Amino acid sequence: MLTVESLRSRYGRIEVLHGVSFEVGSGEIVCILGANGAGKTTLLKCLSGVQPASDGTITFRGENIGKLPAHRRVQRGLAQSPEGRQIFTNLTVEENLRLGAYLFSDNRVAKDMEDAFTMFPVLRQKRNLIAGGLSGGQQQMLAIARSLMARPSCLLLDEPSMGLAPILVDQILEVVRHLKSLDVTVLLVEQNAFGALSIADRGYVMETGRVAFSGPAGELVENPRVREAYLGH
Amino acid sequence: MSDLLQFLFSGLTVGAVYALLALGFTIIFNASDVVNFAQGEFVMLGGMGTVFGIAAGLPVPLAALAAIMGTAFLGVALNKLAIEPARGAPVVSVIIITIGAAIFIQGAASVLFDKQIHRYPGFSGERALHFGGATLLPQSLWVMSGAAMIFVALWVFFTRSLTGKAMLATSNNRLAAALVGINTRYIMTLSFGLSAAIGAFAGVLVTPITMTAYNVGIGLALSGFAAAMLGGLGNPVGALVGGLLLGILEALTAGYISSQYKDAVAFILIILLLFFMPQGLFGSKHAERV
Repeated sequence: MLTVESLRSRYGRIEVLHGVSFEVGSGEIVCILGANGAGKTTLLKCLSGVQPASDGTITFRGENIGKLPAHRRVQRGLAQSPEGRQIFTNLTVEENLRLGAYLFSDNRVAKDMEDAFTMFPVLRQKRNLIAGGLSGGQQQMLAIARSLMARPSCLLLDEPSMGLAPILVDQILEVVRHLKSLDVTVLLVEQNAFGALSIADRGYVMETGRVAFSGPAGELVENPRVREAYLGH
Repeated sequence: MSDLLQFLFSGLTVGAVYALLALGFTIIFNASDVVNFAQGEFVMLGGMGTVFGIAAGLPVPLAALAAIMGTAFLGVALNKLAIEPARGAPVVSVIIITIGAAIFIQGAASVLFDKQIHRYPGFSGERALHFGGATLLPQSLWVMSGAAMIFVALWVFFTRSLTGKAMLATSNNRLAAALVGINTRYIMTLSFGLSAAIGAFAGVLVTPITMTAYNVGIGLALSGFAAAMLGGLGNPVGALVGGLLLGILEALTAGYISSQYKDAVAFILIILLLFFMPQGLFGSKHAERV
């Protein structure tokens, strides 16, 4: 589905990704773990085309998308729910969702919005309210729902549980797990390593702009290095 | 009393032009954070283009349409050739680029057209109408209703169409807009084309009243910018109110004090207002939930 080889990226003269390689198979949930500053968010921005890659290739469903502008990657089926609830704060909840399906204007848009409201009932109650007035958790749900409106075959999720109450974290993780049954491939970036590994098939651990090691989720949970660094014991 | 009415008529006419200028500033500012000081040149080009279209034998509506289309094309070219290549540069540098573009357009217009002052007759004749002891040129009604039409059309565009909402979304959060598949470069291009067309439309309407020449753009840009700041840069309603208010302020000052001081008094009042309300009358408070 998604293959990344020797990806490098820099902010000005400072390189933050030093040749990252990994792959995500069709239908998998793959998580990327790592401390703050390891380059996880930069990696996802490169994949979506909102941060330039200085070297390496990104192959998505057999096509090299590394040079495509961001909106063309969304067209190809690669969508992202960005870190920090980047919603349109001055538009309503419904307008946010409608813009998630910006590339489409067929009947399925209304059905997809219905599905989003079924997945997050609280958004249905607030559909006509300005999104900037939602609580943090609701904004996070809106960001995820909006990214699904783009009908992605592969969804990039950046820190979906950051700053949320534990009960909401569980709800978000449950939604991610549910995406698998909808045939959406998921690449999940999380600080909450334990939560991410509990729903992922495989994981990669990033350290300072490189993939340090990787493995099936069950093995990573047992890995002493992971436990010490990310699970707190 | 009839004096006051007279001043209000002329204030509202000039104010409608300022409002259209401020609207042009607002659209480009929202799409790109850039304050486009070439906005006044678009008004000049609308008027001068129509003058020379008529001189070339075109009927007035066709000359006006050609001037508006040509100016919109120039706005797109300005974005593609001068603004887009500077992407990633600090906003202040881009603003200086627009000042350079304004000087360039003014120079090119003095060569391409000429350095004379021009006008053409009002669309509905030149005979003044009388209301309550004050006179009103029929062209003033054209200016006011034209401005009202543009504001209504844009309101519909921004609240009803997906492209309009995509422009609002891009101004609200450029990163998120790109991630939902909005072509943000296209939105930039569209905003320059739209602003240029609106500016040219204002020029077409107002030239029979104010006359035009190759060098009227800078002064118009300053007044339009002041109007946008007064209303709160980035808000279309603010552009409308700011424009009308500035026009009326100027007219009242010119009428009751002296036309020598009309700019001074208007700008002093704006400075005072911004001192107490730095966001302008309708500016956003930038309060975001974190």
